[in-house]
Amino acid sequence: MYDYLIAPFSEFEFMRRALVGSIALSLAGAPVGVFLMLRRMSLTGDAMAHAILPGAAIGYLLAGLSLGAMTAGGLIAGVLVALAAGAVARFTALREDASLAAFYLISLALGVTIVSLRGSNVDLLHLLFGSVLALDEATLLLLAVISTATLVIFAALYRPLVLETLDPGYLASVSGAGAPTQLVFLCLVVLNLVGGFHALGTLMAVGLMMLPAASARLWAEDVTAAIAIAMGMGVVASYAGLVLSYHAGVPSGPVIILVCGAFYILSLFFGRASGLIRLFSGRQHLEA
Amino acid sequence: MSSVLRFRDLTLGYDRHPAVHHLAGEIERGALLAVCGPNGAGKSTLLKGIAGVLRPIGGRIERMGCEPRQIAYLPQAADIDRSFPISVFDMVAMGHWRSMGLFGGLGQARKLKVFDAIAAVGLTGFEDRSIGTLSGGQMQRMLFARLLLQDAPVILLDEPFTAIDARTMADLVDIVKRWHGENRTVIAVLHDFEMVREHFPQTLLLAREKVAWGDTRETLSAENLLRARRIVEAFDREALECTRAA
Repeated sequence: MYDYLIAPFSEFEFMRRALVGSIALSLAGAPVGVFLMLRRMSLTGDAMAHAILPGAAIGYLLAGLSLGAMTAGGLIAGVLVALAAGAVARFTALREDASLAAFYLISLALGVTIVSLRGSNVDLLHLLFGSVLALDEATLLLLAVISTATLVIFAALYRPLVLETLDPGYLASVSGAGAPTQLVFLCLVVLNLVGGFHALGTLMAVGLMMLPAASARLWAEDVTAAIAIAMGMGVVASYAGLVLSYHAGVPSGPVIILVCGAFYILSLFFGRASGLIRLFSGRQHLEA
Repeated sequence: MSSVLRFRDLTLGYDRHPAVHHLAGEIERGALLAVCGPNGAGKSTLLKGIAGVLRPIGGRIERMGCEPRQIAYLPQAADIDRSFPISVFDMVAMGHWRSMGLFGGLGQARKLKVFDAIAAVGLTGFEDRSIGTLSGGQMQRMLFARLLLQDAPVILLDEPFTAIDARTMADLVDIVKRWHGENRTVIAVLHDFEMVREHFPQTLLLAREKVAWGDTRETLSAENLLRARRIVEAFDREALECTRAA
């Protein structure tokens, strides 16, 4: 038992780091993911995760696998694409989903091309799928900072963000916080995607964000509970994914996401708030 | 009587087309004013202008002793995400926003006020229900409860009684009258002339321009209503630039 569940972490430092890093990502990703979902922006998160790639790739081209350069590049590219997609949606006939789809396809292709210019296939795999087992001191620190900052800013932003999502007209009529709230939220999304990018790569950065959030919504009737459940699921999935991948000898990132996926499918059936079994359980209807 | 709102040659519109054209006039503090007129007369636009949601493209609105954000505004079809997981209690409690702000706690006193407001609109017992489970009438009752908490000196209601049964309407009209009794200014866009004649002492009949404004019985004469309809139907797609002197 001990050998199976705890030994991998007590023996290997890289496993401990992977665990700490993915827990940090789960904690900060949960509130971001829940609000992306409530704002019907689940796919926006995915698109923006891809949009980060060319920025990180340019950083890589200039400085190799350097944490600073790739993070800065990713942040800039993420924010630029988010703003550009918003502007296109606002000023042209294209809706935001169409413009995001366009931007993320371009970004992904551009990013892969840029990396191939200089790097090996190993580097490309690293950027696409991350390397949760190779988190160094500096990356871990970055993840911790992102996670802490996200949670603190979220606490301050919580009320206007709920209202901006639920009833934007009312928020506009009582306060001018609407536009800044959206902008800060967008920045938090990009920040967490860049964090996720280092651990899970550009293709799965949203995994620890969206899957627990979507699962949690099937269990919870209110936002705070959904966030708490999503955090718990993310943490458990991180741990379980690392243990499973260690013993099965397969890459850790995908297994973590697969465990999240398993939670999601279980929630679909058993979710207390709106799972399928509850919906079709054939309970007798009430009197009133 | 002091006025609370004054329109000075006010023009509001979208994409240069005026929806409210060269409107002038004053609204007294504590007035209970109905805004009537055919579809497309600019009624909703006028409320948006007063609420500060829409900027005038000509002239101005003077607000005496109240800022736009102190004006409570209930839009026609509020853009509310009804699938959002939130309870009736929390939704109504948002009415405290102006006194509570970003970080203020709800506290016992404010909580009691929320329960009072929910009781006043007849939704006691619904506090923990999620807003997605409410019927249209219950939803409107809940929004009125939130308006109660906003404690605003000026209250704007855009077709507040559309698609609502007689019982709910009677309850909500009682709340409007309560506001009137508290010397708040209430401005409501309404289509039901019977209700306007019965409950609203003053009416503004709008057809992009002011057709008539004053005592409800005189304003809602057959002649005025016909004139309003003719003006609105004359909307011209090829309209020239307005050269009327300000």
